[in-house]
Amino acid sequence: MSQAEVLRRVSPLWTFGLLRSELVTTFRRWRTLALLGVLAAVPILVGIAVKLETQDGAGPGRGDGGGGPAFIAQITNNGLFLVFTALAATLPFFLPMAIGVVAGDAIAGEASGGTLRYLLVAPAGRTRLLLTKYATVMTFCVVATLVVALSALTVGALLFPLGDLTTISGTQISFTEGLGRALLIALVVAASLTGIAALGLFISTMTSSGIAAMATTVGLLITVQILDQIPQLHALQPYFFSHYWLSFADLMREPVYWDDLVKNLGLQALYVAVFGSAAWARFTAKDITA
Amino acid sequence: MDELSATEPEPRQVVDAGDGVIATRGLTKRFRGGQLAVDGLDLTVPADSVFGFLGPNGSGKTTTIRMLMGLIEPTSGTARVLGRPMPRSVRTVLPHVGALIEGPALYGFLSGRDNLLRYDAADPTADPRTRRTRVAAALDRVGLTAAAGKKAKAYSLGMKQRLGLASALLQPRDLLVLDEPTNGLDPQGMREIRSLIRELASDGTTVFLSSHLLDEIEQVCTHAAVMAQGKLITQGSVAELAAGTRGRLFVTTPDTGDAARVLKEQGLADVVVAEERVTAEPPDRELAELNAALVTAGVRVRGFGVERASLEDAFVALTGEGFDVAG
Repeated sequence: MSQAEVLRRVSPLWTFGLLRSELVTTFRRWRTLALLGVLAAVPILVGIAVKLETQDGAGPGRGDGGGGPAFIAQITNNGLFLVFTALAATLPFFLPMAIGVVAGDAIAGEASGGTLRYLLVAPAGRTRLLLTKYATVMTFCVVATLVVALSALTVGALLFPLGDLTTISGTQISFTEGLGRALLIALVVAASLTGIAALGLFISTMTSSGIAAMATTVGLLITVQILDQIPQLHALQPYFFSHYWLSFADLMREPVYWDDLVKNLGLQALYVAVFGSAAWARFTAKDITA
Repeated sequence: MDELSATEPEPRQVVDAGDGVIATRGLTKRFRGGQLAVDGLDLTVPADSVFGFLGPNGSGKTTTIRMLMGLIEPTSGTARVLGRPMPRSVRTVLPHVGALIEGPALYGFLSGRDNLLRYDAADPTADPRTRRTRVAAALDRVGLTAAAGKKAKAYSLGMKQRLGLASALLQPRDLLVLDEPTNGLDPQGMREIRSLIRELASDGTTVFLSSHLLDEIEQVCTHAAVMAQGKLITQGSVAELAAGTRGRLFVTTPDTGDAARVLKEQGLADVVVAEERVTAEPPDRELAELNAALVTAGVRVRGFGVERASLEDAFVALTGEGFDVAG
């Protein structure tokens, strides 16, 4: 009898059992639900604030030069703009922070709980486990963005009128096309988060403490966001993962202005490639002593 | 990979009989700090044995187990498990191995059953169609069926230990690696786990059992190895190990002084007098003559004989130290 014959048969589909288990486990965690709850609350607060302000008779955002996130002035005319405003408000910090928590905890959290060793002797396979973890974090990016977008759409529809909308370029598009743009924007926002997701996963393979990995990832996010504001560093800024994040607004131009969008997606791909490989190299060679 | 038959029961022996189920040659691990945790280990675990792996805390047992399970890369030397090199063959070997390493680790926010479902999903060879049945069977085997729906964070240490054992029993295994499996269990639980181990062993599963409880090893193991300071001191069958140490001759008597004098006169070494009891190294000659000499000298003998050497005596003889952690 050859040795191959004694191996258990592996259906290629069974390998996705781990992904399913990982998704279920992640979304059953109280912490994940709390993060999503916070994200869902942001559009509600923005919507109510705008509603209250306009009820005072102050008029919607005194001119386009007014402060606040992009598109906030248009919300009272069209509730759909709350989707864009909410994404613009959460993208600099709330969304990446949530991603940083989930990505940072991905490997390090299993290590500090001791469950990592049991997953590996199951045997989950180190590459398979890492890919599963990254796929789960990516799924979380999409879900988190959609939670913000759907919450904003609901609040926008309840508090404000809906209808055709005016793009930044001044042209009119139908409400249906506007919804399509909103979905596209949500997906671009989710894609903008893949870089920090890869970075967080890499940090997660470096330590056996879930808290340390989460704190480091979120700390890096804040540092980069601050450095991105310092004019003297303009030579470095195009390489910060957050530098082109707000380019998603260009999807609301007619025709769409693609330059910064492409730069953003390219930069995210670069981060995924570099930190994904680093995470793989680190995790597959690591001694698991926790 | 070749197309393999899914339904037939697993052929249980992946290894040739001559080869050990676990075989290490010069296995060494030096951690980055320079600490030598395991030093040139040559360990052979025969098929179908219940193998006790003994040693004080910090002697390198756990590092060895982690190397065998592919969690730690050896600095030098080789380790073969079920006839295949580790850590290279992790994916083919480990589905045949159930392991409990350094205590159980669970997801506190999941129920006991969901914990097992998750660990089973991590094994790419585990058939999802039979997953719930196998999980239920494993829970039943460790007596956790009633508590299966409770969140694992509400489990007692003993229940966690049982759940950890259950995760090692999700599939039929060729090898079980159990690190301190009775930790945290009450005496009744310990007995249950021991009888479970015997049951598994009689089904043809090789059990590799690390423990600091010598009497536990003595009760369930057929073979044993002793480690101290990263080195393997000895290995062999439990009977051989205990036989390597001679027992003690004992005489129970109210006349301890006379008895000790007679034993010395008879040429016995290492005579020790304790309360109502004299012990000495047993002589090579007929014991009856010794008894006759005692009686002739007027020593009132209440009890007389040779105490069998225990594994603990063997351990002390080998390491020259007590087994403090035995508790």
